[in-house]
Amino acid sequence: MITLSHYIVLGTILFCLSVAGVFINRKNVIVLLMAIELMLLAVNVNFVAFSRFLGDASGQVFVFFILTVAAAESAIGLAILTLLFRNRSTINVAEIDSMKG
Amino acid sequence: MTLSQGILLTIVLAPLAGSLLAGLFGRQIGRAGAHTVTILGVALSCALSCYVLYQLVWGGAPTYDQNVYTWFEVGQLSAHVGFLVDRLTAMMMVVVTFVSLMVHVYTIGYMADDDGYQRFFSYIALFTFSMLMLVMSNNFLQLFFGWEAVGLVSYLLIGFWYKRPSAIYANLKAFLVNRVGDFGFILGIAAVLYWLGSLDYAQAFQQAGRLEDLTLTLVPGHPWHAATVIGVLLFIGAMGKSAQVPLHVWLPDSMEGPTPISALIHAATMVTAGIFMVARMSPLYELSETALSFVLVIGATTALFTGLIGIVQNDIKRVVAYSTLSQLGYMTVALGVSAYSGAVYHLMTHAFFKALLFLGAGSVIIAMHHEQDMRYMGGLRKYMPVTYITMWIGSLALAGMPGFAGFFSKDAIIEAVGASQRAGSGYAYFCVMAGVFVTALYSFRLLYLTFHGKERFTVKAGHGAHHDDHHHEPGVLAHPPHESPWVVTLPLVMLAIPSLLIGWPTIGPMLFGDYFGRSIVVGEAHDVLGELGAEFHGPLAMVLHGFTQWPFWIAFAGFAVATYVYLIDPAAADRVRRALKPVHELLSHKYWIDELYYAVFAKGGVRLGRAFWRGGDAAVIDGAIDGSAALVARAAATLRGLQSGFLYHYAFAMIFGLVLLLAGFWLFGHV
Repeated sequence: MITLSHYIVLGTILFCLSVAGVFINRKNVIVLLMAIELMLLAVNVNFVAFSRFLGDASGQVFVFFILTVAAAESAIGLAILTLLFRNRSTINVAEIDSMKG
Repeated sequence: MTLSQGILLTIVLAPLAGSLLAGLFGRQIGRAGAHTVTILGVALSCALSCYVLYQLVWGGAPTYDQNVYTWFEVGQLSAHVGFLVDRLTAMMMVVVTFVSLMVHVYTIGYMADDDGYQRFFSYIALFTFSMLMLVMSNNFLQLFFGWEAVGLVSYLLIGFWYKRPSAIYANLKAFLVNRVGDFGFILGIAAVLYWLGSLDYAQAFQQAGRLEDLTLTLVPGHPWHAATVIGVLLFIGAMGKSAQVPLHVWLPDSMEGPTPISALIHAATMVTAGIFMVARMSPLYELSETALSFVLVIGATTALFTGLIGIVQNDIKRVVAYSTLSQLGYMTVALGVSAYSGAVYHLMTHAFFKALLFLGAGSVIIAMHHEQDMRYMGGLRKYMPVTYITMWIGSLALAGMPGFAGFFSKDAIIEAVGASQRAGSGYAYFCVMAGVFVTALYSFRLLYLTFHGKERFTVKAGHGAHHDDHHHEPGVLAHPPHESPWVVTLPLVMLAIPSLLIGWPTIGPMLFGDYFGRSIVVGEAHDVLGELGAEFHGPLAMVLHGFTQWPFWIAFAGFAVATYVYLIDPAAADRVRRALKPVHELLSHKYWIDELYYAVFAKGGVRLGRAFWRGGDAAVIDGAIDGSAALVARAAATLRGLQSGFLYHYAFAMIFGLVLLLAGFWLFGHV
């Protein structure tokens, strides 16, 4: 029997993976974007699971919105990335520190 | 017959209009235009003042006391512009406008070559306006306005030749010394408002009885009567304006200004504002013996000790200036013995003969091509007969020759002091008696040094091309002295007439009669003039009696000494000077009061300012401000290390914060 806890643990694992992806990744901005996507998916899993177990469909409606927004965000993120590469000839995260105080 | 508001407004505003026209449009209307508009304004004012006086004295018009304009209202206090015109005011108005008119006319001649001609006329007309506001006021606030306005004009006029450092020094000094007095004055006005609840004269005087039981305790165990506090504070204002010891130091220096204003402002009118003010406040002063004794002692000291300085001065204007100080002292003494009418009466006669003496001195200065040192004059009588004769009249009036204007007023004051029982009147009596000798001595010294004896100047043609050459060698003139033009001599004659005659018709009603009516209040117990009035049998009897009295013979002694020392045996002056060297030193340094003030107040002020600047401003305030700025900068330098620029650091901070927040909620959030 798969309970709500399983889903939540799955979401947590996914979230932790994505956070680790953001932190540990020092090389590639694309991986960063992917990790953010994964983070959103972890949230989506939570939404769907709660929606199912509480019998409220609005959680699933949210998931669609999130997916749409995530897609748009990825598109913009990749566009920015292209420009970034064009300007600085690198997408190495460790080298992008022009905001240093 | 009643006084009309329109006429009173015209009296005040006509000189102001003239002043504004001459001041703002001086370039457009030119020199002739400037003196025409201001003289017309002041002449109109003078004529209407005479009419007002006529209405009050002969027409039986009642006292005018009304507000004409509401200045502002704050809570319970409402400030008005209003006029109180009774016989005291009317007399002052006539004196002020008449002397002012004479000075205006005189200025045409005196300032003929000056670049600041229009500016000068604008200032003196403005002065007339301010002085009229002062004397016609029916409340303390307007009095203060006039008081400050005349002070301002005085400042502007002393520094009229603003390119001379000495003039700038003098006008600053006058302004600062007057500030000291004005500080006391405004405290006095505040005390009136606090205790009597009104700034209106009529209401304040009506409430004056309340002061009897009120006291103010500054030092525990020594309560002051409210009336004494008010009296002394207001009189400190008068000490500044009327140049009483120890605030007299500004008046001699004010002679840096052009001579016409020395006559108008620093002799005849403005400096008497303090006297007028105290006379006007007589209902308040009568409540305090202590305040009047204070007035008496200050006045007596001024009367004698400033007169003594006059004996050793060589600058013709400064002699007259010290004589003014001494005469103001006489007026103050009269106030101090409750002889307010005597003070105001001496104010009036003094205004005429002192303006005459100043204008005469100015005429001499013109003739001597702006040489003011009497050591380089002498023998001028044959060059300028009109000035000579009028100066003699003025000096005789000043010295108190029986029959002349000054005799009536000064003699009345001396007798009033003699009759007074007030604390300090013995000292005052000595001072005014000795002052008579001193007055005669310096007056005749001035006349002899200027008009008699050998000519101590030489005429060298071709030297110093023209009139206003201020930098010639002392005692060398380009061309011989000459009588001044008619615009200068006419005012001299016009002022000589009242100096000679004004005493005869006025002494009876003003001093011993009911001229002032209820304008001046004197308590029954110390009505010294009332006592003297019982022995008064007309002016002629007084004149004849005057010849048998001490003051005349003391003055005669002064005349005799002056005649011997300066006319018969000129070498005697040097011998006396050598014999009395310490006294001469003391007098020619004016008792070192200027030096004392300079060392204590001026230097002390600078030192105090420096201490505050270094200690307070630079160390504390700048330290606090610069310190907090430095603290912010240092904190920022430390904190900016947190901004690594790496995205994952920021993300980590976010997550970490989120975790902390959630943990907090989880641990403490069960509410």
